Amino acid sequence: MQSWTGSLRFTEPLTMPAITENLFGLIGRRAASAFKDLHDASKLINDTFYWTFVSPFRGKAIRVNAIISEMVKAGYNSVPIVAVISFFVGIILALQAAYQLKRFGAMIYVANLVGVSLTRELGPILTAIIVSGRSGSAYAAEIGSMKAAEEVNALISMGINPIRFLVTPKLVALMVMLPCLTVLSDFIGIIGGLMLSAGALDINPYSYIQQTINSLLVKDIVTGLVKAWAFGAVITIVGAYQGFKVTGGAEEVGRRTTSSVVASIFLVIVFDLFFTTLFFYFT
Amino acid sequence: MENAIEVRDLITKYGDRVILKGVSLSIPKGKTTVILGGSGCGKSTLLNHLIGLLKPTSGKILINGKDITGLDEAGFNEVRKKMGVLFQGSALLNSLTIADNVALPLREHTKLEEPTIQIMVRMKLNLVGLSKFEHFYPSQLSGGMKKRAGIARAIALDPELLFFDEPSAGLDPVTAAGLDELIIKLRDVFRMTIIVVTHELPSVFMISDYVIMLDLGEVVFAGTLDELKMSPHPRVRMFLERQAEKETYSPEDYFRFIAGN
Repeated sequence: MQSWTGSLRFTEPLTMPAITENLFGLIGRRAASAFKDLHDASKLINDTFYWTFVSPFRGKAIRVNAIISEMVKAGYNSVPIVAVISFFVGIILALQAAYQLKRFGAMIYVANLVGVSLTRELGPILTAIIVSGRSGSAYAAEIGSMKAAEEVNALISMGINPIRFLVTPKLVALMVMLPCLTVLSDFIGIIGGLMLSAGALDINPYSYIQQTINSLLVKDIVTGLVKAWAFGAVITIVGAYQGFKVTGGAEEVGRRTTSSVVASIFLVIVFDLFFTTLFFYFT
Repeated sequence: MENAIEVRDLITKYGDRVILKGVSLSIPKGKTTVILGGSGCGKSTLLNHLIGLLKPTSGKILINGKDITGLDEAGFNEVRKKMGVLFQGSALLNSLTIADNVALPLREHTKLEEPTIQIMVRMKLNLVGLSKFEHFYPSQLSGGMKKRAGIARAIALDPELLFFDEPSAGLDPVTAAGLDELIIKLRDVFRMTIIVVTHELPSVFMISDYVIMLDLGEVVFAGTLDELKMSPHPRVRMFLERQAEKETYSPEDYFRFIAGN
C-alpha cells in the first residue's frame, strides 16, 4: 500500500525551533544548489575543453563540417548587423569626440579617439554583445530543446558524447569567428568615423587615415582580438550550460534562453574588465 | 535459458524518495521481454538504468555477464555500441535528415566508406518501410514514421539488445499494430533481445514472450504471457482487468492532508 509520504513528518519530534530550522534550511538549500551549479559549470568547462583541445590529439576526429556550418551561422550571417552597428558607433564616437575636441581646436584627434577606443574596447565588446544575442541564445535554445526532446539522451545512448557533438563545433566556430568579426567591426567603425569627419567636420580624409595609422599600436589591435577570443569561449559555454540545464519542456527552454543572453552579456563585461585591467598593467 | 541481462537488488533514490526498492530480474536472450507497469511504477527509471543514462544508488546490472554499474564513460560506450534504443518521442535529431540520422552511429563508430554507409542506411530504412523518405527531415514525418526511423537508427549497428520506451504511446491502433509487427520481425529475423517498456495491454499480448511487471518500485510478476494471464496477484489482476485504484489514505491521513499540515 502506498502511504502518503508527507505523513512521516508528524511522527518525527521537533528538535529545533521552527524558525531556526527554516533559516538553516534556507541557507543550506541555497548553498547546496549554488555548489551544484558551480560543479555543473566546472564540469561542462572541463569537458568542453577536453573534447575540443585534448581528444582530437587522441584520435577522436573533430567534426569539421559541423564547425564550418556553425561558422557560417555565427560568423558570416552576423556580418551585416555587426557592420551596420559598428558603422553607426564609429559615427557616434566621432561626433562625441568632436563635441569636446573642437573647444581646443584639436579636431584631428578625433581619429585617435575613434581608432583607439574602437580597437581596444568597443569593437570587441559590441561584437560580443551582438553575438551573445544572436548565437548565445541560439545555442541555449538548440541544446535546450534537444534536451527536452530526449535527443541528448539519444546521443548518449548511441555512445556519442553530446559535448563533443554539440558544444565543440560551436566553441571552435566562435573562437575563430569572433576575432574575425571584431576586425571587421574595427575597420567599419573607423570608416564610419572617417566619413563623418570628412563630411561634417571638415577633416581631410587623408590626414584622418594618417592620424589613425599613427595613433594605433599593434598591441591595441592584438589585445582587442585576445578579448574577442575569450568572449567567444564565454558565450559558447554560457549558452551550452543554460541549454544543458533544461529539464522540462518548451517553457523552460524560453526561460533558459533569456538567462543565457543576460548571463553571457554580464560575463562578457566581467571578462572585459579583467582583461582591460590586465593589459593596462602588463602591456 | 541464457540471460542477456540480469539485475540484482537494484535500489534507486531521488533524495528521500525511493523509486526502485531492490529490483531483481533477468531478461532472457533472443526473446521479447515486456516491462509492464502503471505510471510512476519505476519502469522508465529501470530502463534508464539499463541503457546507462542513470546510475543506481546500489545494486548490480549484468549485461552479458558484465557489471555495467561500475563502468566509466569509455567502458560504457563499448557496451552502448551493442545496444539500440528507441525513445518515446523517437528522439531523432531534428537538424539532420532521416538518412543522416540513421548514418550517425555508423559515421561515429565505424570506419566504413561513405558509399558503404549509404547502402547500409538504405537497407535499414527499407527494413522499417521508409525507403522513400531518406531525404525528409523528422519534422516532415508523422509520429509512426518517426518511430520507424528511430528504430532504423537504433538497429544501424546491428545491436544485440534493442530497447523500446513506450513504442505505441500516442499512435493510433493501426500504426501501433504495424510497429508491433516490426518488433516481432526484428526478433525473428535478427535474433535480437528486445526489451519493451509499455503499459499498453494490446501490445503486450501481441509481442511479448516474457513479461515483467513492476509496481511501486518492486517486481510483482515475472513469467510468460500465459502465466501472466493466470496470475492471481491482485496488482496483476487490477492491471489486466483495468480496475481503478482504491483510496489508499487512512481516515487520519486524509484529515491531516486536507488540514494542510
